[in-house]
Formats: sequence, C-alpha cells, structure tokens
Amino acid sequence: MQESVLALENISKTFPGVKALQGVQLTLRAGEVHALLGENGAGKSTLVKVMTGAMRKDEGTGRMCFDGKDRDFTSPSEAQKAGISTVYQEVNLLPNLSVAQNLFLGHEPKRFALIQHSRMQQQARELLKQFKLDIDVTAPLNQFSVAVQQLIAIARGVAMKAKVLVLDEPTASLDKDEVETLFGVMEQLKSEGVAIVFISHFLDQVYRISDRITVLRNGQFIGEYITAELPRPKLIEAMLGKELQAMHGQHQPGCADSVDAPALFKMDKVCVKNSIENMDILVPKGQAIGMAGLLGSGRTEVCRAIFGVDSVASGQMQLADAPLKPQSPAEAIKAGVALCPEDRKTDGIIGPLSIRENIALALQARLGWWRYLSKAKQQALADKYIEELQIATPDAEKPIGQLSGGNQQKVILARWLATQPQLLVLDEPTRGIDIGAHAEILNLIKRLCHDGMSLLVTSSELEELVAFANKVVVLRDRRKVSELSGEDMTPQHIMQAIAEA
Amino acid sequence: MSQQPQSLSIVNKVDSPADEALIAARKARYSPGKSTNALGRYLWPVSALVLLLLVNLFMDASFFSISYQDGRLYGSLIDILNRSAPVALLAIGMSVVIATGGIDLSVGAVMAIAGAVCAGMLVGGNYSLFTVICAGLTVGIVAGLVNGGLVSFLGIQPIVATLLLMVAGRGVAQLINQGQIVTFQSDAFAFIGIGAFLGLPFPVWLVLITLLLSQLLLRRTALGLFIEAVGCNASASRYLGINDKGVKLFVYGLTGFCAAIAGMIATADIQGADGNNTGLWLELDAILAVVIGGAALSGGRFSLVLSVVGALIIQTLSTTIILSGLPAKFNLLIKASVVLIVLLLQSDVFRQHAQSVLKGLKGGKA
Amino acid sequence: MSTRYLPLYVTGALLSLLFGLGAIQFDGFGSMRVVLNLFSDNAFLMITAIGMTLVIISGGIDLSVGSVIALSGVLCGLLIGEYGWHPLAAFALILPLATLFGAIMGMWIHVYKLQPFIVTLAGMFFARGLATMLSEESIAIDHPFYDAVADFGFSLPGNAWLGTSTLLLLLVLVVAVLVMHYSRFGAYVYALGGNHQSAELMGVPVAKATIGIYATSSFLAALAGIVFTFYTFSGYALTAVGTELDAIAAVVIGGTLLTGGSGFVVGTILGVLMMGVIQTYIIFDGSLSSWWTKIVIGLLLFFFIVLQKLLNRGRVQHA
Repeated sequence: MQESVLALENISKTFPGVKALQGVQLTLRAGEVHALLGENGAGKSTLVKVMTGAMRKDEGTGRMCFDGKDRDFTSPSEAQKAGISTVYQEVNLLPNLSVAQNLFLGHEPKRFALIQHSRMQQQARELLKQFKLDIDVTAPLNQFSVAVQQLIAIARGVAMKAKVLVLDEPTASLDKDEVETLFGVMEQLKSEGVAIVFISHFLDQVYRISDRITVLRNGQFIGEYITAELPRPKLIEAMLGKELQAMHGQHQPGCADSVDAPALFKMDKVCVKNSIENMDILVPKGQAIGMAGLLGSGRTEVCRAIFGVDSVASGQMQLADAPLKPQSPAEAIKAGVALCPEDRKTDGIIGPLSIRENIALALQARLGWWRYLSKAKQQALADKYIEELQIATPDAEKPIGQLSGGNQQKVILARWLATQPQLLVLDEPTRGIDIGAHAEILNLIKRLCHDGMSLLVTSSELEELVAFANKVVVLRDRRKVSELSGEDMTPQHIMQAIAEA
Repeated sequence: MSQQPQSLSIVNKVDSPADEALIAARKARYSPGKSTNALGRYLWPVSALVLLLLVNLFMDASFFSISYQDGRLYGSLIDILNRSAPVALLAIGMSVVIATGGIDLSVGAVMAIAGAVCAGMLVGGNYSLFTVICAGLTVGIVAGLVNGGLVSFLGIQPIVATLLLMVAGRGVAQLINQGQIVTFQSDAFAFIGIGAFLGLPFPVWLVLITLLLSQLLLRRTALGLFIEAVGCNASASRYLGINDKGVKLFVYGLTGFCAAIAGMIATADIQGADGNNTGLWLELDAILAVVIGGAALSGGRFSLVLSVVGALIIQTLSTTIILSGLPAKFNLLIKASVVLIVLLLQSDVFRQHAQSVLKGLKGGKA
Repeated sequence: MSTRYLPLYVTGALLSLLFGLGAIQFDGFGSMRVVLNLFSDNAFLMITAIGMTLVIISGGIDLSVGSVIALSGVLCGLLIGEYGWHPLAAFALILPLATLFGAIMGMWIHVYKLQPFIVTLAGMFFARGLATMLSEESIAIDHPFYDAVADFGFSLPGNAWLGTSTLLLLLVLVVAVLVMHYSRFGAYVYALGGNHQSAELMGVPVAKATIGIYATSSFLAALAGIVFTFYTFSGYALTAVGTELDAIAAVVIGGTLLTGGSGFVVGTILGVLMMGVIQTYIIFDGSLSSWWTKIVIGLLLFFFIVLQKLLNRGRVQHA
C-alpha cells in the first residue's frame, strides 16, 4: 500500500512568458485514489501532460521515477507502453472511428495478422458492461453524447491495464448515476492495485473517493494531505491561498461603496443554452463588481454572454438604459462593452503582432477599416499606455508574444481602454502572472474605478476581490447563490458561499 | 498618385500637443520605430535576388546593359521584369490570401476565364476597349468572391474551395468560346501585353500600378492590419470585433482581381485566348513566390513587395539557368531545390536543429 | 442510422444512373466491354487514386503523384529501353526508390512540421525535374516481357478483355481494402485524419504512420507509372501532368472527406469510374464538347463537398 508506483520530484515547466510549473512533486502509491487539486491555471493539466509524455519537463530539472526506474517519457505512446494511461479533460478520442475501434486502437485483437472485428466488438461490449453502457459499439463515436464519450474514454484507459490511471476532470459531463458507476469501477481498480490520479473541481466527489490529496497553486506545490484528515475549509484555503486569519481589513475600493449609485449595466434573468441560468447581475455606474466561484460555476459564461460570444436564450440585458442584445463581440464593443478574456493566449493576444498593433487593434476595429489610425497615431496610443500602465518593453514594436504574462495582460487592458468603454469586463485578469504585475493590475483596477469606469471582474483570488470590489457576486453551479457587500464581504463569507454543499 | 501617401500622412499627423510631447518622450526612451525585425525580413529575399543577378553578371558581362530603341528599353533585366509580370500580379493577391491562412489554387483558371471573356468580346468587335477590360476585371472579382463565399460563409477549407474552381474553371473558360482558341485583332488590347510606356513594357507598369494601389488600399487603411490579425489568431480577432468573414471575402476578391489582370496580359500577349493553357500551373509559381518572399503558409505577416521580389527571383533563376549553359531541363530540379531550402529555413524545428548543431561546433572548437 | 456510408451510396447511385442513361440512349454503351474498358483505361489512375485516398483520409494531400508516375515511366524507359535491363529487375529497383521518395516527403512533413501541400509540391517539382533531366525525349520500350504483358489476360463474354493492368488494379484494391480495414496501419490512417492530436495522445505512432502513408502513395504512383508504360510502350517525362488533380477529384467524388477522417478505397474506384463514364458518355454523344467533362466534374465536386459539410453539421448537432 505504501510503496510508490510513480514519484515526481521537483518538476518545472516553462512556456514563453509563463512558468506553468515550478518545482512540483507528486507521489502515487499502488491501490490509492490520489486527488490532484488546484484552481484553473494552477498547473494540474501541465503536470499531467508532463507525467504522460505529452509534454517534456524543462531540461535539467527534477526527476520522474516510475516502477523503481528513472524515466523521462518523450511521447504518450511511450508512457502508455510503460503503463501510464490517461483520460484527458476534453474527450481525446477519435470522433470518426467506431466505439470499439476507439477502445482498442493500437491494441486490436488479431488473427493471422488481420484485425478480428467481431472479437474486438465482443470485448468492447463486455468492457462497457462494467460502465453499464449498452450501446452499438460499431457506431461512430460522434453519434453519442459527451457523457457517453467520456465514459468510453475512461473505459479505454481501463482497458489498457495500466499501473497508473490518470483521470482529468472525468465527471464534468456525467450525471449522478454515471458518477456512481464510475466510482464503482474506480474502487474495483483500486482493489486490483492500480494507482489513480483523480482531478476534479467537485469537492464532494474528491472527499467521497480519494485517499490522498495533492494541492497545486500558481504552478507551485502546496502540500500533500490525507483526505480523511483534511477539513474542507483547510482544503479551500490551500487551493485559493492565504490563511483565513491573514485576510482582514484590506477593503480599499477605488470608489466609495455607495448604495444609491445609478445602474449602468443590468442582467435580468438571463439564461444561455447549456450554460448560465436565471442570472441577475447589477453593475452600478463607477463601481467595481467582483464575481467569485469555482471553475465551471458560470463566471466565464456570464462574461461571454455580456460580450456577445454566446447568445442569450432568455432574459434581458441593459447598458446605460438601452437594451443590450449583442449577437457578436463587434456589436458588444459598439455598445461600449470591453472584455479581457480568460484565456489570454488563444482569445487575447495576437502573438506575432507588435505591442503597438495589439493596442491599436480594438479601437481600429471599432472605427472600421476605412478610418485608419496612422502609424503615428498608433504609436502615440502605444506610448501613452506603455507609459501609463508601465508596460516593460524596450520598444512598442516588440511582438506581444515575447512579453511576460503580466505585460501581455497590460497590453490587452490598454487595447480596451483605448476604446473608452462604458463597461469593462475582466475575466481572471491576474491569472498566471507574477506577483509584481499582480499588484500593479489591482492598483490599475482601483484607479480606473476611481476615474469613473464601471467594471465587472472575476477572480479566484478572494482576497484580491475583497480588496477592490464594491460588491461580490458568488456563483455556484451556473447560478447566482449569494451577493455580499459591506461588512459581509469577507473572504470567509465568500468561501462559505462557494463551498456550501 | 504618388502624392497620395504624403497627403494622407499629413491628414493623420498627430494633432494634440500632449501627443507630441509623448512622441518626443518616446524618441528619448525607445529605439526608432523601424525595428531590426522588419529589416531582417527584407534581407534574405532581396540579397538572394541581388546575388542571383550578380551571378548572371559574372556569366554574362552585358547582363545589366539596357538599350533604348523605338521608344522602348531592351535588355535582360527588362526581359526579366516583363516575363515575371503575370506571376508577380498573382503573387500580390496570393500574399493576402496566404496572410489570412488560406490559399487560392484557382488563380490560373481565373486567368483563363478572364482572358476568354475579353477575347470573346473582342472577336465580335462590338464592345469598346473600356467595356472589355471592365468585363474581364468583373469576371475575375466575381470568381474571387465565389471562392471567398465558399471559404467564409460555407466554412469550406480554402484548399478545397478553390480546388473546385481550379478544376471547373478551365472548362468554363473553354465553354465561353466553345472550345476554340480564339484570336483577335485589337492593337489597343494587345498593348496590355506587348505595348510599352515611357520605355517600360506595359505589363511592368501594370504590376507597379497594382502593387501601388494594393499597397495604398491595404496599408493606408486598416485592412492590412485586419488581414494580419485574422491570419495570426482568428479567435482573438473575433474577440476584438474584427469581421473575419468580411476580411476573408475581401482577400479572395482581391486575388480574383489580380488574376484577371494577369489573364488579360497573357491573352493580349498572344492576341488570343486558350482556355486550356492560359495561366496553367501559374498558381503554383505564385504560391512559391509568396513562400520565397518569406511568408508563412500558416498565415500572419505579409509583404506585397517581398512577394513581387519572390516572383522576380523565380524568373531570374530561370534566366540564370539558361545563361549558365545548363540545359533547360535542369530548370525544374533547381526550382525544387530552391523550394526545399526555403522550406527548411522556414521550419522552426530545422532552425532549432541547426542552432544546436552550430552550438555544438562552436563548443567543439572552444 | 450511419451517415458514414451515405456519400458512398450517393456516388454509387449517381454512377448507376448515368451509366443507365447512357445504356438506354446509345447502342453498345451498356456492355461488358465498355465496363472493362473503363477499368483498363483508368487502371493507372485508379492505382494512383487509391494511394491518394490513404493520404487524404489521413488528413494530408499528395501533389507529387503525377510527377512520380512520369519519373517511374522514364526510369522504365531508360533501364529497359536503353540499358537493356529485364523489366522485372527494373521494377524491383524503381518501386523501392519511389517508396523511399515518399518516405522522405513524409519525414519532412512530420519532423519539420511542414504542410503536406507545400512539401509534396516541392516533391512534384523535384520528381518532374528529375524525369526531365534524365530524358527530355520519349523513350521507347521494346521487350518481349512487355509483349507478354500485353497479351496476358482473360477473354470474357461480350467481346470484353480482362488484361494485366486490370488484374493488377484488382490486386492492389484487395490489398488496400484489407490494409485499411483489417490492419493497425489502416486504423492509424483513419485516426490521424480524425484528430491528429487525439491520435497522438492515444498512442498512435504518428511518425511511422505519416512516413508510411506518403511512402505508400509514392509506391502506388510508381506502380501506376509502370502500368502506364504497359499502355504506351514508352517512358516520357511529360506524361500524367495534372493526374494529381484527377486523383484528388476521384477521391472526393468517391465520398472521402477532403479534410480527412472518413472515406473508402472502394468509393475512390467508383469516383474514377464516374469520371470515366462522363467521358465515355460525352464521346458516345458526339455533339457534347470535351470541356463539359471538367465542368461536370467541378459541379460533382461541389455537390460532394457541400453534402459532406451538411452531413458533418448534422452530426455536430446530434452530439
């Protein structure tokens, strides 16, 4: 029970501009379910990818010991052969192949060098019986719901007969019964001596199934705990950082908490298909509203709805007394909304283009192609914001992709400030950036608020929310569960609202 | 025409004193606006062209000599300019398509269609030159918009969408003139292909004018920036409020326009339209020209000038091979080698390999 | 209900319809002879297109096949016609060389992360350039083996002839179907086309598979080049210009998704037959002009691409 199957020590992984992992460790013992926890961006997925050969750790750092030998997997197939099988968060199967083929790709039963489809299908049916799935295994995978696909992905992981099975958010799309079935299979594997890594943001499930917990935060190892000995508030503290006691009396918003400020933006019973339900949010003029909630609670979905990325199915939005019904980001921008998206790399920066162009683009898109901002004007804009936001760069022509995360975020903020929006929505503005830039961005939010800007900001760092927000809205399970302001707005209360089960 | 850029920049001049102060501050803090990065992009293609020209000069001392006769310049250099005109025109359009991450395989066929339309109208003799040229250009733009529509609104992969017109386009070109290779007598139209203006062959002027107009259209409006943004990161561009579908429609339209001009040159050159052979395989040369100009096929930054330089390199290379006394049959093989070298130089993986090998060598010496 | 086979059925139905139309309209159209001629005339294209099917299902493209056909023909001409090698010895050299050529293209695509389009474009120039350099003239092949090949075959009722090239094609077809549906390599081909990243994460040996796919395509193109010399008794550097386009068109008309992941080798054969029947129809008709072939093929391509697009959209909603 106590011998370790897989031990990772001092693992680091650096991407341009981001330190995804810094000296992280993880120890897996045979026959245990080990939960790997942390907020979005804490480094869980990166760690899993390093462990399973999909990514290489930084050269010369750390070591990985599997089955008593030092290993450094260079590809997923190498890790699989060694006995580490992974089910990724997004279903990583092949939509065009049949269920049976997906289950046995690379391990098909053969006779006379030919694949035996009938035997493969038979085995597939038996395997899926464990998961209480009775489906046509010859049908292509994309005919099935995401939940079924997820179960099939897990079944594939199980079929590999691995020593280590990694399940990254396996329950995200499953209903209660399916989760129970999955847990049954996990118990079974555990008794067979398989070590299971379980990543989930459903803390109930973590407490229900796991034996041990390793917590990561901001790419760093926080601690390894025995589940039964770790009270829930302690766990949330570990995940979100800072001891509760240390979080008192830092409430210093950019403008006074006034109750009677006129509303600038109103969200009234807004529903989005497969996303948020009955969402009511109010942003008064010149105030900063914080939004708290765990990953998947609906915070990003609210931002997307306001910005016209997802279309609203029912309910109304209002901006400055006019109805807001954006069908696209372009329409939302015209109405005076700006959004710094959560995923800076894919939705925010345009990597190869210069800082100057990245700053000018949003204003330029709003002006249209014909009213061109000359290079001199772009330069003036860039200079203004490089100066104001203290973006660290030798010159404005540097490609934004080469900047550090914090400076990239400042450039994106600058881009939106240049459009002079009425409502600035920031989705996790401080994620993945270093401490210095962190404080600067917080100060900037306060300053903007002081100058009369209205903001809606999501963050998983509660302490920071309390510091700048006039009011905090708490989301859970894609609904608003609480609204805290004044004396009630403390990290403890927010945490209670988030964790309440 | 040459006045325009200046006057535009005057209009756009910094107007507030505060901004001027900022610019002054910037000048004090930053390195000048043109960073070394931009210079580096021009360095390789241009020096390759210069090197090729010098090789030619070495083999043929009279290579650079240009004579003036009957109101027209003659010489190898002029010849290269003239012959590279169709590919250069196609490359101008192709660079913006490639910048959005697309590709247009149909430009050769569009050349044939535009040529066939013009030739067909000229044979009857019922239309004015202006109408004929407008018709040719319109056909090209429409063909381009069809491609663009398939790509942006139906969401079909560019390589697939333009393959359609590549295959069917030649049939359409033949259909227009009932499969005949029509020849026409029109000195005015023939001027497009074989005429000369101020000593330079007219196709060269067409390239220069198209280059200048496109450059103005793309770089004195925000279109060029939008194209690069969409090509670099389509998702982030949407979050910025850029109409990526409109941008894509536009670039294919522009390519069709350029292909139509190239088609008219080819048609005027032989004073006839051959639906089967006009512009045959020129799409590949145009793509090559863009790649040699240093653009990545995955989209992003583009430079019209560099793509034209790429076209010139391809043409000069052919001339070099002839001059060198190597049989013309080596032409394709050398072209293939050039492509392979350019491809390798563009591959990040190769660059990393090469760097580590170089490091190893240096380490070995030390 | 599976939409996987739908494009295949549509192609089959359209083919039968067109063939039936011709058979009703023209005497002698609906004969065994015409059918077998379709096969023997297009055997080289079918063999090439089978290779192209693999490449396209895997999500790639191979523009070099036409040039490889020409290069293989020129090498046949040189080795057999000029140097007097026995044809079988020549084939034994040419086929492995072509396989190596394809493997190198696959390696470039995989290792240097270059787009298949541009790598095989370079390959196209290279093979054509090499063929031109070896000989600009057409080289005649005069060997007893070639006469024997031409004479070999079976007579079938209806004045039809089942010749060597058709038999070779059928052999290639059977092997290709077995490989695609009963071997791990075949599963990898589909896997790569379904989702490259997922395939890699599921442990598909991407390097081996990619190299194998392009090697196979070049091998089959070279084989097609040899078959082509059976028709012409000569090797010429300018043969099969644009064959890559015909092959791609046949693959798409045969119901294979150009973006990869789905399709059938048998469909490709139907695709080539469809193009052949259109040509035969136009020849029999006499009043229709040849350019209609191109236009009709273009329209068919459009039809199939939009059909696939609609089918896929339906799937996404379903899921």
